[in-house]
Amino acid sequence: MHPTAAQIQEVFPDAFQTAVEWRGDLAITVSRKRLHDVCRYVHDTPNLDFDYIVHVSSVDWPDDPERFEVVYEAYSVCHRHRIRVKTRVPEDDCVVDSMTDIWKGADFMEREVFDMMGIRFRNHPNLTRILMPDDYPEGYPLRKDFPLRGKGWRDTFTFIGEKS
Amino acid sequence: MKPTFEDQRETIYHVDPAHPENPALPTLRTEEMMLNMGPQHPSTHGVLKVVLALEGERIVKATPVLGFLHRGVEKLAEDGTYHQFIPHTDRLDYICAMYNNFAYCRAVEKLVGITVPPRAEYLRTIVAEVQRIIGHQFWLGTQALDIGAMTVFFYAFRDREILLDFFDELCGARLTTSWYRIGGVERDFTPELVDTLRRFVEYFPPKIDEYVTFLETNRIWLSRTKGVAVISAEDAISFGLSGPTLRGSGVDYDLRKFEPYGAYDQCEWSVPVGKNGDTYDRYWIRVEEMRQSLSMVRQLLEKLPDGPIMADVPSVTLPPKERVFNDLASMIQQFKLFSTGFEAPRGEIYCGTEAAKGELGFYIVSTGEGKPYRLKIRAPSFIHMGAFDHMARGYMIADVVTIFGTYDIVMGECDR
Repeated sequence: MHPTAAQIQEVFPDAFQTAVEWRGDLAITVSRKRLHDVCRYVHDTPNLDFDYIVHVSSVDWPDDPERFEVVYEAYSVCHRHRIRVKTRVPEDDCVVDSMTDIWKGADFMEREVFDMMGIRFRNHPNLTRILMPDDYPEGYPLRKDFPLRGKGWRDTFTFIGEKS
Repeated sequence: MKPTFEDQRETIYHVDPAHPENPALPTLRTEEMMLNMGPQHPSTHGVLKVVLALEGERIVKATPVLGFLHRGVEKLAEDGTYHQFIPHTDRLDYICAMYNNFAYCRAVEKLVGITVPPRAEYLRTIVAEVQRIIGHQFWLGTQALDIGAMTVFFYAFRDREILLDFFDELCGARLTTSWYRIGGVERDFTPELVDTLRRFVEYFPPKIDEYVTFLETNRIWLSRTKGVAVISAEDAISFGLSGPTLRGSGVDYDLRKFEPYGAYDQCEWSVPVGKNGDTYDRYWIRVEEMRQSLSMVRQLLEKLPDGPIMADVPSVTLPPKERVFNDLASMIQQFKLFSTGFEAPRGEIYCGTEAAKGELGFYIVSTGEGKPYRLKIRAPSFIHMGAFDHMARGYMIADVVTIFGTYDIVMGECDR
């Protein structure tokens, strides 16, 4: 196992779930309740020092019992290594602790995840839609059940020359 | 009777009898004022709105309102094959389309596990650095124009035109290029194109000195950039800033050095790093980067190796266009790649690339199908806007324009 993953497993034995290393990227999955602690730990520990937030992302897996996956990717400017910390969130309670107190840049990135996937972040200073209009009523665009190719309206149009 | 100037003065100021020469201001009623700046403002470089809370002309709080240019590019990516997404990346940062293609193709190559042949790597790196010069020329011209120096704008755009014509010759388009392919590039350099670049490398250094002379002797430019929009190194890292915006604060973070790709490890160059974290340092870094890019282009043209320009992985890479029309196997390969796409292995990768504006990254989740299951774009402009409030507080309304400019913001990439 990757030494970083082993270190995190040793400190958080109850929260640590899996570690995958593929194509040089290290991705660890932890339980949702300890996600904030794990992020705080990797940010503050001197030999890890993940001080640079790369992106916050989310993936929708509609068939899984815990439907959503929230992904935080961080980089260490002085040690030059990166890590991806992931957690799974069920649909009926899709709330994650906000990381804005650890990385300031998480503010906009988490707002984007909320806007696109509908995952709420506890303790976020201003959790509103960011790219879509504030009053957008039709759900969250990047969920897999959001239509990818329109809603079939174009089949109902009558074109010039057609009999309705 | 028409009031004289003295009469008006009496009514406006309460003259203190003890000091009649020094009238005190009346107790003014002050309140915080909200001002909408944009979305239709010439200096916002696209459609961007900022709601400013003002105390006089000082900014108390600045709230960016994004999304006017949101097109759902990440959702669109889930509907097409990996090859079909390349033209969408042109429209992200439409000033530097080549670099977006490069970042995306690198990410897919990392996902699939393809090694690009050396000549293709050299061509990619040369064109990417030419694109960086274009991006910085564009930035320099528009930033100077926004702040109040018009001449540099014309000079920078005159020189940018040479490089856009070069792109036109290379791939048939000036802005939406789509020249990079997964596993290589679409077309090789002709000898004329190499000559054009060689001439440009000789032509351009005096022009950079000319821009610098124009700006550094301009008092307005200096006073509006020095000490404006300062951000400390710790804050810049915590906000996730990248590119010249981060290096201006003195952080030596450049993915071309840290995680070398392309042919960046085949030539001598250095990373310019600022000290003060203000707009002036970021300007200086971009000017220095143009010089470094020129030097890289010169060195790589000298060493340009021969060989194929596309990796030979028939299940993933496209056949040469001229063979598609004459050779049955190539036609089938082309048809299959564009109708069903290739099946990328199951897994997820993140690949960051140092574009002109900062770290442009692609996070791709693949379930083993011909289309990306999820594609997330880490756009530097979006992340830079996250630090806008922090950097704008305490400055004047007029500095808002400078701060937009100092990020080198492009809304096509910010809103996606």
